[in-house]
Amino acid sequence: MADNAKVIEIIKKIIADVDEQKLFLTELDNVIGDGDHGINLARGFDAVNEMMDTFEGKDIGAIMKAIGMKLVSTVGGASGPLYGTAFMKSGAYLNGKAEMNMEDFLGMMEVAIDGIMKRGKAVRGEKTMLDAMIPALDAMKESYAADGDVKKALDAGVAAAEEGIEFTKTIIATKGRASYLGERSIGHQDPGATSFTLMLKAVQALA
Amino acid sequence: MVGIVIVSHSQKLAEGVVDLAALMAPETPMRAAGGMDDGGFGTSFEKINAAIEDIYTDDGVILLMDLGSAVMTAEMVLEMMDDRKIKMVDCPVVEGAIAAAVVAAGNAPIEDVIQVAEAAKTTAKF
Repeated sequence: MADNAKVIEIIKKIIADVDEQKLFLTELDNVIGDGDHGINLARGFDAVNEMMDTFEGKDIGAIMKAIGMKLVSTVGGASGPLYGTAFMKSGAYLNGKAEMNMEDFLGMMEVAIDGIMKRGKAVRGEKTMLDAMIPALDAMKESYAADGDVKKALDAGVAAAEEGIEFTKTIIATKGRASYLGERSIGHQDPGATSFTLMLKAVQALA
Repeated sequence: MVGIVIVSHSQKLAEGVVDLAALMAPETPMRAAGGMDDGGFGTSFEKINAAIEDIYTDDGVILLMDLGSAVMTAEMVLEMMDDRKIKMVDCPVVEGAIAAAVVAAGNAPIEDVIQVAEAAKTTAKF
């Protein structure tokens, strides 16, 4: 069960981890994209960092929505509208909730993924963040349904997301800037799948 | 008169397209929404929003976008203005902008401006 304070703690960790990994994420994007993923995401989460004190006492839905709006207006690359949509959809889903449990988290992930698929007109298998997100959600649902253990479910989700990152190395990009590289995109992991996994790991570490 | 907003990852590119189209149709309201607020590459929600606000009339506004996030960011701006006559047009930005600007300058309705911009997609250069 996560309350306002726990959600804020997780967001703070995501901000710190994105900042710490921004050069690595940008390096991944340099190889198959336009080399801005980490820098862009860090700029967006820096802006979120500046609004953290407005989150005190707000419901979780309002916090997620505010983060989404901020990311859309500050990130600048494709991850802005994509993560922005994911957080805004999550916010709408969690509207009014002062606390969230694992069912809420799984439902939130579902609507976030759906939002990203619609926004990016993308499906699984196109070397995008969805290749980490969808298997992670499937693994968490399966694990949680089996024994109701949150910790185990999150561990399973992170493991599946990491396998998803590895899978993106084996396929051709057909969405976004990387699609221009065609077969040359094979062998490189997707930056978006990597940044999503970083966020899920923050949830795993603190939830 | 229908207005045109050029959305690009590059400020220079967006401004250049507007300048080029203005040579043919100086009276058409056009705005460049290119690059980030700090001048870097990317697409800015605020810039797109401001450009539309700047030239919007009841005749409507069309948006021409370059790639990827330009399309997605424009989409999100439009979702927040869904009561207005604004359309994203899928076409080559340079050719579409010039064709649209010229037709808009003749006070054509937005449907005609969209049609001529879309036709730029299939017009052969040689």
